[in-house]
Parts: sequence; C-alpha cells; structure tokens
Amino acid sequence: MELMPVILFVFFVGLVLGLSFYFARQTKSAAGYFAAGGTIHWGVNGIAFAGDYLSAASFLGICGMIATAGYDGFLYSIGYLAGWIVALFVVAEPMKRLGKYTFTDALDAKFNSKGIQLAAAISTLVVSLFYLIPQMVGAGVLVTPLLGLPHAAGVILVGLIVITIVATAGMTSTTYVQFLKGALLVVFSLVVSVMVCQRGFSTAPDQDGTVPFHRYATVPCTVASDAVTVTDPAFQFAGQVNAGAVTFVKLTKDGKTLFYKLDKDEAGNPELHECQSVVTRTDGSVLINGAPASPENKLRQAGHLAAIRGKTGDEAKTGSVGPFEMMGLFSDPGTRMCIFKEAKFKDGEDAVKAYYGSMATGNRIMRPGVKFKVEGTFTDKLDFISLMLALFLGTSALPHILIRYYTVPSPACARKSTIVAIAAIGFFYVLTLYMGLGAMGNAVVNPADNNMSAPLLARSFGTFLFSMISAIAFATVLGTVSGLIVAGSGAVAHDLMDRFLDMKMDEKKKVWAGKVSAFVIGLIAMVLGIIFQGINVSFLVGLAFAVAASANLPSIIMLLFWEKTTASGIVASIITGVVSSVGIIALSPTMYELYGWDPKTALLPFSNPGLFSIPLSFLALVVVSLMTATPTAAAPAAAEPVKTA
Amino acid sequence: MLHEPAAQSGKDPASPYKTRIGVWMFWFYSAIYAGFVIINLVQPTLMEATLFMGLNVAVFYGFFLIVFALLLALVYNHLATSKEAELHVPDPERENH
Repeated sequence: MELMPVILFVFFVGLVLGLSFYFARQTKSAAGYFAAGGTIHWGVNGIAFAGDYLSAASFLGICGMIATAGYDGFLYSIGYLAGWIVALFVVAEPMKRLGKYTFTDALDAKFNSKGIQLAAAISTLVVSLFYLIPQMVGAGVLVTPLLGLPHAAGVILVGLIVITIVATAGMTSTTYVQFLKGALLVVFSLVVSVMVCQRGFSTAPDQDGTVPFHRYATVPCTVASDAVTVTDPAFQFAGQVNAGAVTFVKLTKDGKTLFYKLDKDEAGNPELHECQSVVTRTDGSVLINGAPASPENKLRQAGHLAAIRGKTGDEAKTGSVGPFEMMGLFSDPGTRMCIFKEAKFKDGEDAVKAYYGSMATGNRIMRPGVKFKVEGTFTDKLDFISLMLALFLGTSALPHILIRYYTVPSPACARKSTIVAIAAIGFFYVLTLYMGLGAMGNAVVNPADNNMSAPLLARSFGTFLFSMISAIAFATVLGTVSGLIVAGSGAVAHDLMDRFLDMKMDEKKKVWAGKVSAFVIGLIAMVLGIIFQGINVSFLVGLAFAVAASANLPSIIMLLFWEKTTASGIVASIITGVVSSVGIIALSPTMYELYGWDPKTALLPFSNPGLFSIPLSFLALVVVSLMTATPTAAAPAAAEPVKTA
Repeated sequence: MLHEPAAQSGKDPASPYKTRIGVWMFWFYSAIYAGFVIINLVQPTLMEATLFMGLNVAVFYGFFLIVFALLLALVYNHLATSKEAELHVPDPERENH
C-alpha cells in the first residue's frame, strides 16, 4: 500500500467531515436540513449540481466503457448532458416555484393528495436505490487499489462516512461536499487529459518507461477435424476447450500452463494468441496466468494500439498530439486497437475466466456499434433508441437532482445554476473521451473490471496524480451518495412520515426523522453495493435513468402542460412507470446474466425499458385523468398549466 | 394544507414567456439529438466519415451536442433575464445582498 494515496484520502475524508460538523451547528430547522434553507448562491449550486451529477458512473463507468468499447461509452456522456436541456427549458423554474423540500412537494403542490405523496415517495426511494447501487459498487472498486482493502470494506467505509455527512448537516454539508468535489473533478480530469495528449501514443506503451510493455505470444498451429496441434516444440499441448464460438487451447511452457485463443492470421492460417486467465479450482484456490494469485501476481493491465495510422514499431510513435489530432488518429481506419474481452467456461471442474485480445480498427471503434448493436437486429435498434431516450429524459426526473432546485432563493437562480451545471458537466463529458481513449491506448485497463480505467490511467503518470484522482473519485462517490441519501431521507421523513402519515412533527422531530432515515437508507446502500460487485457502474446508472424517466417525468410534464391532469392520473402514471420499467429490467437478458441464468432465455429481448415504459406512463396518466376528471379533480388554476402558443 | 416553497419567490410575470421559449428550444435541441440517434440507426457508417480537422462525424456530432446545449442555455438565460428586467420581476437574491 502506497503512503501518498492514503494521506490524501484521509485528508479528503477529514475535510468533508470537518465541513459537515461545522455546518451541523447551523442546521436546526427542516428547511435547513432538507433544502439548506434555500440560501445557496446559484454559482455554488451549479458546481454542486455537477458534483451531485458527475457520479461514479460518469467518472469511473463512462471512462471504463470508452476504454473497452470506444465511442459507445461516450454515448452516455452525450445523453447525460443532453438531459440537462430538458431540466433547464422545461423543469427548473416550475419545480422551484412549486416545491418545498422534495420532488413530491412539487407534484402534490396543487392537489394535496395522499396518493401522490405515497406514490412519489416510493418512486423517489426506488430511483435513489437504483442510483445508489452503482455508486456503492464504485466505492468498493476505488478502495481496493487505494487502501488495499477488500470491496466490501470500501462499500462499508463509504456508507459510514456518507451517513455522517448527511446526518450532521443534511443538504448544507452535502452541497459544499458536492461543490468541492465537482470543482476538483473537472480540474483534475483536465490535467489528466492534457497529460495524455502530451505523452502521445505508441504501439508499445510503457508508461513513460516505468512499466515494460508485455508482448502477448503468438504460437503457430494446425487444425485438423477441430483438433489443434502445436508445431512449436517449446510448447506442450495440455487441452482444448470450446467456449461458445471461441476455442481456447491450454499450452504448457517452462512448467506454466496458459490459455491461448485460436485465431487466424491475415492469410487465414490458424494461430494461437496468448490470453490472460483466472482459474478458480474446486478447493477455492485461484490461479492467475498459471501461477497462484498473490499481491504480486495479478492480472496484467491491458489495452494498446497495435497500429497507428497504419504504422507499427518506432515509426508509429506520435509524440505529443493536439486534442483534435488525438481524435483523428483514433478514428483513422489504419489505427488498430487491441481490446480485451472476457470468456467464462469450465475446464473440467475448474471455473475459468479467460481475457483475450480482440482487434478493432479506429473507424469502427470511434462510432457507435461495438457495445450497442446499431447495425444489429430490430430489437437491438429498439434497445439503442430506448437507452438514448432514457438518458435524455432521465436527468430532469432524478429526485436527488430535483431537490437541488430548492436550495437556491429564486426560480431565476435555479435557471442560472442549471446553466453553470451544463457548462461544468459538458466540459467534463468532453474530457471523458480523452481519458477513456487515453486508458485504451496506454495499456492501463484492468481486463476484469474496466471501472478503474481513469484512476489507473492517472497512476501511469505517477503516484501523486493517481492519489489525487483516486481521492477525488472517492469524493465523487461521497458527494453523489450524500445527495441520494438526502433525497431518500426527504421522501421518508417529509413525504411519508410528515405528510402522508400526518405525524404532526415539529421542526426538531422532522430533522431527527430525516437523520434516522438517512442512517437506514445508508445501511441498505451498503448491502446493495456488496451484492452488485463487478458490474459496470455506468450501465446501472443508465437503468436508474430509465426508471426515473418512466416514473417521474410524465407526471412533471403533464402537470405543467396539461390542465386536465388529475391526482389519480399522476398516481397511475408513477405506479405504471415504476412497475413497467423495473419489470422490464428484471426480465431483461442483462439481469438474467446477473442472476447466473442464460441471457438467451430471458423473457424480454431488450435491456433498456425507456422506449416502452415512458409512453406507457404517459398513457396511464392521460387515461386515468380523463376517467377521473371532475370540475374539482383536475389541476386547479394555481397549477398554471402552460400555454405555449 | 398546501406546502409553500422553502424560499419564497414573488409572482413571476415573465413565466409564460420563459416557458414558451423554453419549450421551443427544447424541441429544437430534441430534433438535433434525434438526428444523431437516427443517423446511427439508419446510416451508421456515415459516422465514420472524416468531417473537420480529423474529427469524424460521430465525434464532431457528439461534441456539437454538448457545446450547442451550452450555447442554447446561454441564449435562453439572456432572453429570460431581459424579459425579467423588462417586467421588473423581483429577485430575492438581489434583495438579500
């Protein structure tokens, strides 16, 4: 364990906890606890928006996905940013005018409906929990290399710190933690991106001479009747396994047995390519690349450019590149990337995960299609549309984002803070492409878990930058989780206990109820973070967006723009949105894989529910509103449905 | 029992104007965003074409969507702030400082 990351980590944690205890003395009222008293400056709120929104999914997940799937990861950046347009133009000011502490307040402002209070609070909790999972997973991912602790310890550590932040000063401490983290994240992401361009690229990246580049072996072979024979006498054949469409061969050399993938060379002749492997034996022992797993024997970081604009070797070295030049060389058809993929199979009784290099050309990897099959089947295309729709519409329906509109003094401040957020978040998302591709080209991707690509890229520039980036990434998790727990505790203490159950609490009791709720939600988040270890965090957040866009956005939009909206219509819309989106996700191939079942047997063929669940939620609202419309049931005049013509 | 906002803001006579231009800008941006999605589905290889200073269409369009969002936001803010000044909308922040 290195000392500098630990020192910086302890410094950051001490700083955020110090801030929290400082503000705790000023947080006596419910308005102070849930909405920071509505006194935050719009500039601070804008950066805090960025700190709230740029979660582990953005920093760890997107960079990791770009590092392994190229442009497809950047689609998340585009969609997440575009969502702020909906927030600014449609939602920001009305939400500020109508709400008090929570998004439920705004929906219920003109109805005072028990149904809305219950449904919206449940929706807030479901969306917040969906969003919490990837953040907690990200926490575990970060702590492992940073402090040398296991995944579960990282999750528990984050949970305890965040509970402390929220339970001391609620939204005020959360705001300043998010402000600090948002600003640092953008600045240091810029530093890493500039250093990536300055270093340039080569076909044998060695991290400025600090880590020797590993050349994976190629072994000639012959294939007859599907049986592989190795012609090089230095290798002894030790077995052959077919894992779906991929064939792996076990070869022993110098007493070490490694897996090789059967491929063909450019002339069509068979050859074997060295893989990395993790073999779990029946006695629980683990072999990594043929030797027992240990702190010294881990999976090798991978990913590199095999050719740059058609050149290899020394003549391919680029030297420093400009930002546009870097995009140009990655997009070039003559540039080839070696990206590692995973295959799982059984070798006798042993469970094997093999990581094999897969070549892709620049023109192919720098457009959508590697992960999201835009050229695939009709279902694949629907899945892509569904994802892009959910990303676009999800932002303005996220409860932990919406509550930040109550921390500023006026609708105009809500608008201005949203614009500051768009500037900071947009700039950061441009940088994700540089960091993700930087990781891809510098052989710093952990083939078993791409979430750490950005911090590992930073480590290739030295311990200090790695320490800063890791500490900031950890603060990233703290900031976002704090916001989510404030949103969740508001839903429980304010929406459910105070309003739905009419518990008649005074200010002190409301704050106390909020703190207890924060503690319980924090505990749940820890458990979920441990269960979901290993899944790409950006993917999980994409699902949270789909649930939010389905459950919350139709109600917000229709309340503002359709005067016949009724309380029952809103309740029906929220319930339909939550049930349909969660239901589709639960029956999707991705979740089947998570359950350990065959994804091909999934009841539904797509993983992103938005295309179906969002219209369904709108439809439910319209039908039920029309069915329950009475002269007094429809949105009263005070709801100000907006006429746009 | 209706719940009032944590920080009271006065009536906003500029609200209908802001909503109107906001909705128009939303549809405008949505059309450009939809164009990006449609090209990817209908003619994905078009995204590979080099367009500007070595940037292919995919990267250029992606960067454009991000930068254009900020430009539209600034235009919206300018129009909204001008209308608020014209209609003398009270600003609690200005009054508090």
